[in-house]
Amino acid sequence: MKKPLLQFTEKGIYCDAAKVYLDPWKPVDHAIISHGHADHSRWGHKKYITHHTNVPIIKHRLGDINVSGRAFNEPFMINNVKFSLHPAGHIIGSSQIRVEHQGEVWVFTGDYKTEDDGIAVPFEPIRCHTFITECTFGLPAFKWTPQDEVMHNINTWWLQNQAEGKTSILFGYSLGKAQRLLKYLDPSIGKIYTHGAIENMTEVIRPMIDFPVTTRITRETKKEELLGNIVLAPPSAHGSTWIRKMVPYVTASASGWMAFRGARRRRAIDKGFVLSDHCDWHSLLTAIEATGATKVITTHGYTDIFSRYLRTIGYDARTEKTQYEGELAEMESKSETEAAV
Amino acid sequence: MKNFADLIKTLDSTNKTTLKVAALANYFKKASDQDKVWTIAILSHRRPPRPVNTTLLRAWASELANIPLWLFEESYHIVGDLAETIALVIPPSTQTSEKSLTQFLEEILALKKKSEEEKKEYLFDNWTNLNYYERFVFTKLITGSFRIGVSQKLMTRALSQATAIDEDILAYKLMGSWDPNTISYHDLILEEKDADFLSKPYPFYLAYAVEDKAKNLGPISDWYGEHKWDGIRSQVIIRNGELFVWSRGEELVTDKYPEFESFVGVIPDGTVLDGEILPFPEGNIGTFNDLQTRIGRKTVSKALLAKTPVILKAYDILEWEGKDIRQQSFEARRTILESLYKKVKIIESENSAIPLHLSQTISFDSWEAAASERERSREVKSEGLMLKRKDSPYLVGRKKGDWWKWKVDPLTIDAVLTYAMRGHGRRSNLFTDYTFGLWNEDKTELVTFAKAYSGLTDAEFRKVDRFIKSNTIERFGPVRSVTPQLVFEIAFEGIALSKRHKSGVATRFPRILRWRQDKKIEEANSLEDLKELII
Repeated sequence: MKKPLLQFTEKGIYCDAAKVYLDPWKPVDHAIISHGHADHSRWGHKKYITHHTNVPIIKHRLGDINVSGRAFNEPFMINNVKFSLHPAGHIIGSSQIRVEHQGEVWVFTGDYKTEDDGIAVPFEPIRCHTFITECTFGLPAFKWTPQDEVMHNINTWWLQNQAEGKTSILFGYSLGKAQRLLKYLDPSIGKIYTHGAIENMTEVIRPMIDFPVTTRITRETKKEELLGNIVLAPPSAHGSTWIRKMVPYVTASASGWMAFRGARRRRAIDKGFVLSDHCDWHSLLTAIEATGATKVITTHGYTDIFSRYLRTIGYDARTEKTQYEGELAEMESKSETEAAV
Repeated sequence: MKNFADLIKTLDSTNKTTLKVAALANYFKKASDQDKVWTIAILSHRRPPRPVNTTLLRAWASELANIPLWLFEESYHIVGDLAETIALVIPPSTQTSEKSLTQFLEEILALKKKSEEEKKEYLFDNWTNLNYYERFVFTKLITGSFRIGVSQKLMTRALSQATAIDEDILAYKLMGSWDPNTISYHDLILEEKDADFLSKPYPFYLAYAVEDKAKNLGPISDWYGEHKWDGIRSQVIIRNGELFVWSRGEELVTDKYPEFESFVGVIPDGTVLDGEILPFPEGNIGTFNDLQTRIGRKTVSKALLAKTPVILKAYDILEWEGKDIRQQSFEARRTILESLYKKVKIIESENSAIPLHLSQTISFDSWEAAASERERSREVKSEGLMLKRKDSPYLVGRKKGDWWKWKVDPLTIDAVLTYAMRGHGRRSNLFTDYTFGLWNEDKTELVTFAKAYSGLTDAEFRKVDRFIKSNTIERFGPVRSVTPQLVFEIAFEGIALSKRHKSGVATRFPRILRWRQDKKIEEANSLEDLKELII
C-alpha cells in the first residue's frame, strides 16, 4: 500500500514524498510553519518556510534562524510535491498549508478562525480530499459573539472602571490576542499601557498594522499614572507582584475559555470576555464542509468528541496525536509557552 | 427576572465578599417583597421541588440544540454544570423577560403537575426566548442550587444591611421550615410571632480547630474537655408536647429518628438540647458507617431500627422552662442539663429505655492530662476532644475563642492514583476528583479503596491534571483510568469493615494529605496495611 501523503510521526506531521515536516515538534531539517505560536513554531529546525508576515515574528521569538517567506496562494515545489500557503485567519501571518501530490490534496490548518478580525488575512476555505483540523473549541457549548460586540463590552468595562478610579488590567496572549485587543481599544477613553512582552511583540508587528499608541510599563512607571487607564498584560502576569503593585485595579481576561463560568472563577479574574482566535463549534463545522473533504483528521482540542461527531454526520474522521497544545492548554497560564488561545 | 438574573451575574462575577454583600443588600432594597422572599428561599437552599427530572431536561435540551444526546452529555461533563450546559448549547437569543422572579417560580411550581408535553413546551418556550444569562438562571431555578459563593450567613448579613434588623435575629427567623410560596415578606422578616417559633431551632454554635497548641488557650482550669462524637450534630426541641429534631444543615429530620418520640412527656416542654445523634448497635457506640444506613431514609423499618438504633449524646441545653438560656455560662447550662439527665434516668429505670445519653465533661489538672485523654479518643469512638470555656455563652455560628475542637491526628496511608474525573463548578475542566488504590496481597493489583477531592493546592492540582491528561489509559465517560505512577498520602478520620466496598473497608472523610513525589508505586501501602489500622 502506498504511504499516505502526510503521516503523523514522532517528530511531527511528515510528508515523505517531499521530505518535509509541517509544524514539527522535534528538530528536523526542513519545516513548513503555519504560524508563530510556540507550539507550532519550535526552535532547532535547519530550514523554515512560512508566510512572509510571519518571518519577523518567528525571528523575534527564535532568533537567527534560516527562514524563507512565501506569499499566500503561490505554489512552490519541493521534490515534486506542490505546496502552498493560504490564510488561516488565526493571527497575523498564520496560514493553512496545502499539499498536493499525484492528484491528491491535503490541507493542514494549524490553528484558524473564520471570523475576520481586521488584522490577520481572513480565512479562506480550500478544497481538499483530507482536511487536518484543530478543534480547540470543538464542543457545541462554544458559540462566539461578534468581535464588535465583545470589543464594545470591553471598552464599556474600561469606562466603568475609570469612573470608579481603578486601573483596568486586561489579559491576552502577547502574540495575537494582545494586538487584536489593542487594535480595538478606544484610545479616547484613556492611555493604553503594555507589559514588556506585549510591547516587544507589538513593535515587531507595528510596521504591518496600524495600532493605537501604547506606553511600555517600566520600573519608573508610577501606579498613580495608571489609574483610569488600561494595561495589556500576558496571562502569566496574573497574580504576580508586577500586577499587585497596581492597586486599585480590576482584572479581565479575553479568551474562548471564558465562555465557562468555572474558568473565570477558578482563575480568580474579575471579568471574562469571550473572545477567541479559534473557531467555535459552528464555524468548525462550516469550515470543514466548505473544504469538500471526506476525510478529516483532528489534531488538538476536544479531538475524540469532535471526530466522533463528525463520523455521525458522515465524515471519515479520526484523531491523531500531536504535541500542539490542545487540551493541555486549557486555561492554564503558561509563562514559557505563549499558548494559542 | 431581569433584576434577579443581574444579581446572580454580579454575585457570580466577583470573588470579593464585600462586593457580594453590597450587591445583595442593594437588591434587597429594590426588589418587590415577594421576589425578596423567593430570593431568600433560593439562597438558603429552599428551592421549589424539581418539576422535571434531569433525564428529560437533558434529552429535551439536546433535541432543541439539535445535537445527539451523547454529545450533550460529553459537553455537560466538561462544562460541569447542567443549567450552564443547557444555556450554552441552545441557539442564542437576545430577548429578556418582563416576568418577575415570583411569576417564574409560580409557573415552575405549577409545572410539576402538568403533562410531559406541557412541560416540554414550557421549557422550549423559555429556552428559546430568554437571553443566555436569563436562560441559565431560569434553568438553575429548575435544576438546583446556585453555587455562587453566597452562604446563608452572607445573605443574612446583606439582609441585615438592607433592613437594619440584627443579623442573629434574622438568622433565627430564617431557620426551620417555611414555604416561600405562602409566606409574606412581612411575616417572614418583619413581624415577630410566637406561634411561628414553635419548631424553630437556635443557630448552632460551631467550633474552630485548635490552632497550633492547645496549651496556649490559657489555664486549664478555665476549660472543660469533652469527647468529640462523630455523628450528626442535632438540636432536639420539645415544646407544647411536640418533638422536633433538627440537623446542623437546618434540616428537620424528626421523622428519621422515631426513637426520640419517647422524650415527649419525659423531658419537659420548653426544652432545647444540643447534641450528637450516634448509632448505638448492640448497646455500643457504632461507626459513622452504621449511621449512614439511617441518614438517607425518611421512613425507617422496624428491622433497621432494631439493628441500628440511635441515641442522643447531649452536651448542651439552650432552652429550659421555655426560656432562652444561651447567655448563661456553659457551666450553668451543664448543671441544668445534668440534673435533667438524672431525672430522665430515674424515669427510665421505672419504665422503658429512653435514648438520651450525656456527653461527660472532664476537668483536667493539666494540659498534659488533657493531651493523654485525647490520645484515648479512638478507643472511646470519638474523634478527639472538644474544649469549651466554662464561662462561655452559647454563640451563633462559627466564632473563635470559647469552643475549640482538638481532633486526634488522622490515620494515613500511601496510595496510588488510579482513576480521575473532572471536578465541578470552579474545578470543571481540571481533573481533580481522584480514586486511589492499595496493593492486594501479592502486590499484583491495585484495589480501589477511597476517593478524594481535596487537599492539594491549585498549583499541585494543575500539575496532576497535566499528568492525567498525558497518561490516560482508557476513558469511561467522564472518568479516566490513569497509568499508576503517582503516590499520595491519604488521611482519613476513621475506618471500618464494609461489605459495600470492593476493598472490604470504608474510610471516613478521606482526603489528600500530600503528594509523595519521593515515593514510587512499589512503596505504596497494601490493603493489609490498611486493615491493620482497624481497632
